[in-house]
Amino acid sequence: MDLAPLRIDARGSFCPGPMMELIRAVKGADVGQVVVVLSTDSGSKKDIPMWAQKAGHEFLGVDEHGDYDEISVRKAH
Amino acid sequence: MPKRLVIVGAGTGGLMVANFVARDLHSEIERGEIGITLLGEQETYIYQPGYLYVVFDLMRPAQLMRPVRELLAPGIRFVHDRATRIDTGKRQVLRSDGDALDYDVLVLATGSGLNLDEVPGLREGGHWFYTLAGALRLRDALRRWHGGKLVLTVGVPHKCPVAPLEFTMMFEQWTRQRKVRDKTEIVYTYPLGRAHSIQAVADWVAPEFEARNIAIETFYNLESVDHEKRVAHSLEGTDLPYDLLVSVPAHQGDELGAASHLSGAGNWYPTDRHNLRVQGHDDIFTLGDATDLPISKAGSVAHFEAEVLADNLVGVLTEGAQPTSQYNGRAFCFIETGLERATFLSFDYEHPPTVPEPTNAVHWFKQTYNRIHWANLKAVM
Repeated sequence: MDLAPLRIDARGSFCPGPMMELIRAVKGADVGQVVVVLSTDSGSKKDIPMWAQKAGHEFLGVDEHGDYDEISVRKAH
Repeated sequence: MPKRLVIVGAGTGGLMVANFVARDLHSEIERGEIGITLLGEQETYIYQPGYLYVVFDLMRPAQLMRPVRELLAPGIRFVHDRATRIDTGKRQVLRSDGDALDYDVLVLATGSGLNLDEVPGLREGGHWFYTLAGALRLRDALRRWHGGKLVLTVGVPHKCPVAPLEFTMMFEQWTRQRKVRDKTEIVYTYPLGRAHSIQAVADWVAPEFEARNIAIETFYNLESVDHEKRVAHSLEGTDLPYDLLVSVPAHQGDELGAASHLSGAGNWYPTDRHNLRVQGHDDIFTLGDATDLPISKAGSVAHFEAEVLADNLVGVLTEGAQPTSQYNGRAFCFIETGLERATFLSFDYEHPPTVPEPTNAVHWFKQTYNRIHWANLKAVM
């Protein structure tokens, strides 16, 4: 059964920031579930793939929407 | 029949909203047109930022505590009990003693608490300074400190996102004062790939910690603690031996949200980021740590939200108006950079913070605030 993606609107979040919101969501997600974070923080595009690789989750990519990005990660374990 | 405002939670957010509204509507309250009830589980309010000072023997617990009733503006009814469930259909707050409170407008200011069970071994092997009992236990451990390796870990999400930095820098200076710095190793860990989620803070911290010989371990999310071997394991696979493990545990929202089918993941209330309504409920608002907003869980956030929410509640209660005041994500956080200097962050949804040069003056401003916080709570400052 496909799980619906979790979408986190972290636009305008400087503290704790989009990546903290993503980690929080991934911890609470089911294995296999996709977490999508909406971010206006330019650093997220670089940090989130690095974290996903180190933590062993699957980085799915970035959709750029002008003034914000949608960054997707699938929980792997 | 008066319009009934019920506020659940007598922490910073709940007290401030109650006091702001009561001061604005004191005439309506005196005439019996408006009733304000504050439901609180504790009869004593505790100033939580003070825990950081208790740890280093810089404040006494009694300096952080006041009876809730002494902090209330005239006209507010305080009920000492726990809310067990919200019946949104009947517009009632159910209480643990079996009674119910009827409301026309409800504010959920139920805060956040520690999730100590998320990390196996943390209760046995770790210390924390986010509760009074935890702060006292850590204070006692520091009184016995003669050197060794301190490891600090940070859970997600957590309250007061600069406190881990403050503790680390205060501890570093404290070991120098006690002439044990040369026998002390300090390792600061952080869940992200840099030393703090705010880029400007991370850029400031990296050289500052290097100059103070504080090691930074990034991408470190605490997964378990082996308290017998004294090793902290991260989900990224890094093991850190320790003599003293100080953890900022992950936080979670109050159970009331889940029991009432009002909250989502982590027991946070889904919240409109501008008018602070609980989504899907025109007559329920929330603020402070209890929201799911992607902003700092901090007293200043609760304060700025309380001002906006009180403005809106006055209109809702007296005219049946729609909320028009908007919260803009404003936050203000002091950062103690040791025992003698401090800086601060000021930001909102649109404007990221910068880090001014730490000064002794800001440190004393913070010390002063620690002692006049009560006037702020009473909505007279």
